[in-house]
Parts: sequence; structure tokens; C-alpha cells
Amino acid sequence: MTEAATQKTSQTVPLSAPQTTRMEAKHLRAGFIPLVDASVLIAAVEFGFAARQGLAIDLVKDVSWANVRDRLAFQQFDIAHMLSPMPVASMLGLGSNPSPTITPFSLGQGGNAITLSVRLFQRMEDTGLITAGSDALANVKALASTLATMRAAGEPMPTFGMTYPFSSHNYEFRYWLAAGGIDPDRDVRLVVVPPPLTSDALAAGAIDGFCVGAPWNMVASERGVGRIVAAKQDIWPSAPEKVLGMRPDWAESNQDTVARLITALDEAARWCDQPGNRDALTEALSSARYIGAPGDIIRHVLDGVFHLDAKGNQRVVDHYFRFHTDQANYPRPSQALWIYSQMIRWGQTRFDADVVAKASSAFRPDIYRAALGLPDTLAANDLRVEGAMERDRFIDGMIFDPADISTYVAGFPVRAEPEVPAGSDDI
Amino acid sequence: MTHSDLTILVIDENAIRASIIEEGLREAGHLHVTIINEVHGIARSIETLAPDVIIIDLESPNRDMLEHLFQLSRSVSRPIAMFVDRADTESIAAAVDAGVSAYIVDGLRKERVKPILDMAVIRFRAFDRLQRELTEARTALEERKVIERAKGILMKLRGLSEEEAFALLRQSAMNEKKKMAEIAQSVVTAASLLM
Repeated sequence: MTEAATQKTSQTVPLSAPQTTRMEAKHLRAGFIPLVDASVLIAAVEFGFAARQGLAIDLVKDVSWANVRDRLAFQQFDIAHMLSPMPVASMLGLGSNPSPTITPFSLGQGGNAITLSVRLFQRMEDTGLITAGSDALANVKALASTLATMRAAGEPMPTFGMTYPFSSHNYEFRYWLAAGGIDPDRDVRLVVVPPPLTSDALAAGAIDGFCVGAPWNMVASERGVGRIVAAKQDIWPSAPEKVLGMRPDWAESNQDTVARLITALDEAARWCDQPGNRDALTEALSSARYIGAPGDIIRHVLDGVFHLDAKGNQRVVDHYFRFHTDQANYPRPSQALWIYSQMIRWGQTRFDADVVAKASSAFRPDIYRAALGLPDTLAANDLRVEGAMERDRFIDGMIFDPADISTYVAGFPVRAEPEVPAGSDDI
Repeated sequence: MTHSDLTILVIDENAIRASIIEEGLREAGHLHVTIINEVHGIARSIETLAPDVIIIDLESPNRDMLEHLFQLSRSVSRPIAMFVDRADTESIAAAVDAGVSAYIVDGLRKERVKPILDMAVIRFRAFDRLQRELTEARTALEERKVIERAKGILMKLRGLSEEEAFALLRQSAMNEKKKMAEIAQSVVTAASLLM
């Protein structure tokens, strides 16, 4: 199966010599959501990397992932900043408007965190199981204990926010909760809250916690309404985050443009990783055209300096954002399959050996390698075992073998009942 | 029994636009139309209403929340698909341009739903036009006000008659290739600095 998936991926687009480049799009419309993880795309435009490749990119700010997906599908966007599970869901035909989408470039790793209300965190501290410096696993165990107390007292279950059903945030929040023995479908209520509204929703008591990208966790903690309890790195350090999405037919008929685009993004990503460029990047990102959040908060985010709460508790997360190093831009198909495994785990779809290749075909390292002149021998790692190295450990110590997805999913003590997958109880 | 049995939910935080759409739907014979302006508690409303068609503003960040609801089979009883007919790119483009998005219960015949979406697109556009006209009217009013003030300043400072002050503003605008309101605004700003 592993081999079949690899073959399928490399066969999908034969990379013939680019045809007449004049016919190709040089003026691109790109959709994005105001988040720090759109940095590489924004920097490519703002700091001249795209122009140097002869590309003019219009960045269009959007308000919802559903809009980004639909505008890409209906050709209003050529390319888009997307959640890494979105192309996978599209290839599997999941969601409201699935239309084939691929990614030949990951926009980096990191950037997410989980924040709980100060009130809920206080109750977790009252259990005596954690202190201010406790790690993400200790925090979720304390949350499990607090939830048990709340249940026994007949209190309503807490409501937690995330961003989209097919989002890294959904899977990471669920992963963290389940690692502490909490069933995200029974013990808590998960709802969607648009990222810019998360800290207001927390302050108003509409939600008791959330998992979103930067800078919104930091915004809540610096306002004193939230306490950061886990970073994405604590859950799985090399988890994919945002990707650059495009339609496969567009990629096929604009091969030269795609290659230039990847070259520009590669240079922009290297630039974003340089600490010396953070001032310039911060200034660009904080402008209202892009994120429109306070510059000092964005700077803290880029530096990985976490103000855990408003009491002065700090934590420095190395590589909270990884824009380029450690193959952060390589769209590794094993990541797409890990996303697929979580979709199965939480009942969004079922395991089907026949669609594994379809899921992995959402991530297209062949296009990435060809654009940057990288050797095909890199493909040997395309379906690597994930979480096996100590520095790449999952929070619960599980190891993902993409060759055996169903055994992996069955090995989770907390998962959706396989008998009632979503969508099967039609009336 | 052509339309009246379809349950339609309009989610729009803009109450005026929502009522314009509602009116259109009622005129077209739809009796089961519900408007929600307030996003809070939408999940419950959708569960109780079980709408056949949901119309929502594309600029609403709450679309992602709807997507999540539709994933949870337990809260919404039937799968819902977006847009009437994926092959009909023309009407999709029209809807997206107008800022309308719709969710439709799977299996509903598209001939029954298309007129609803078409109507929503027309009403969204009408609302846009209305808003543009309102903005234009407001700007015109503001411009007239500033010209009046500039005229008054010129009459007082240079001892001109009303007609002379107006002619001076118009002449300066022509010479500088600017709008009269812009010249008038500079006069007002200059006067506020000097006096």
C-alpha cells in the first residue's frame, strides 16, 4: 500500500517541459486569513521575492475558511493560504463543497496553542495536580480531574472553540484532550469560533477555552482573560500547519508559474526564519491590510516568547514558528495520511484502503522537488514513520506508521465509536 | 403547492438586508421563512427548524461554524450541500460576486431551489445599490455643507457676495482641476488654522 501510494503520487502530474510560458498566469490572486502563519505568503509579496520571479500576487484577505475553499474552487483565487487538512478533505470528497485541491508547498510549522479561561485554569490549579510551570500533559490530566469534579457536581460541561471541522486546531485540541483521557465528543462541547473573536468569546464566558493560531492565544493571555496550557509543539512538533492550496488542473496548466511561485516562497520562507528580519516582518504583519494586531504581540509570537497569563508567567518555545528549516516546507504525504488517520479517529470518515492514495495525493512533494531542483531520492522519506524520533514525539508517545493506518487508529484508547461514523444516521 | 412547503433560513447580521430578502421570499410564495440576525444560538435554531435551504452572507465569518454543524450528524439531521448545481458556473459566479452563499439539503430538486438563490442574488445586489446610493447621498450632503461654509468664510474675509464667493470657488476648482468640495475643504481648513 505504501508503494502504491508513492507511485500514485508521482504519476499524477507528469512534469513535462513547461510549455509556452506566455500563456501562463503571471498575475495571481491569493486568498489568505489574517494569521501569523500566512507570513511566508505575505513576505513573498511585501519583500519582493515574488516580483523577482516575475509574479504579481494580489493578496485578498478573507473571513472564513469556507470562503477560501469556495473562492479557490470557483476560480476567484488561483492560490490560497489553507489549513493543511483542507486539501486532504477535498480529495476525499468531505465537507460542504469539496473540489479537488492539492498543495505543493507547506507554509511552515507551529503557531497554534491551546488557551483556557483563567477561571477554568484556577480550578485546575486547585486540584493540586499542577503548578504554573507544568507541561501540556500534566495540564490536560488536571483538566480531566476538574471535569470529573464538575460532572459529579452536575455542572454543565465546558464549551471549547476551534476554527474549522477540517483544521489542525480541531485535531490538535482533540489529540490533547484525548491524551488526558477526555472524550472530546462526550465530555466537552466543541464549537467553531472565528479566530479574531476568540478572546472576546472567552472574556464573555461564551467559551471556556480554544485552540487557534497566532496571535490570538497571546492576545487572550495578555488581556488577562486566558491561560495558555499547551503549544502545538507539545502535541506533535512536526505537525503540518498551513499550506499553499491550488487546483490540480491549474497547477497542471501553469507549471512554470507554479515553479516560480515555489522558488519565491522558498526564498521568502528562508527570509522569515532569520531572527534579524523579524522587525520588518512584524511591521508588515501588524498592518491593517494583513493581520491588524498590535506589533508587540506579533513580535512576541515570532520570538516564541509566551506570556502564559497576565501574571508574568513566561515560557520560551524554541521554533514556535518554523518557516523553513527542518523541511518545514516539504509537503510530506505521511503528514496527509496522519491527517486522514485523525479524520477516521473522530468519525469524519471511515478507513478505506482504496482511498489512501487519494488522501496522500493532496500533498505533492514531486512538484516541490521539481521546482527547486531537489533530487527525487528525497521521496524515500515521503511515507516515513512519524513520531518515532525523540524530538518529534507525539504527546501520548504513539507512533504513526502510514502503512498501517487502521491499526494506528484502533490503538487510541479515546476515539469516536467506529459503529456510528458522522453522517451515517440519516433520517 | 409549489413553494410554501420549503423551510428557508436566512442568516444575516444586517437586519435591513435580511428583511429585504425575506420580503422577496414571501412575495414568491414562501411561507416558512425564518430570519436570524443574531449568531448566538444558531445551532439550536437549525436543529429545531431543520431548514431545507440556508442563505448566508459570504462576508460572515460564521460560515465556518455552519460547516462544523453540518459535520456533526447528530445536530443536523441531513447532509447539506453547497450551491444548487456545481455545473452551473454562471449562477455560482453571480452568487459569489453578490456575496451570497447557500446550503441546500441534499436531494432537493434544483428547479425548486434555483429560483430562491436567484432571488437572493437579486436582492443582495439591490441592497448593495441601495447602500451605495445612500453613501453617495450622504457624501453629496457633506459636500454641500462644506461648500456653504467655505462660501461664508470667503464672504466674510474678502467681502464678497454669495454669487462671487461661489464663482471664486468654482474657478479655483477648474484651475486646479479639483472638485469644488476639495477646494472648499482647503478653505475651511486654512481658515481654522488662521483664525
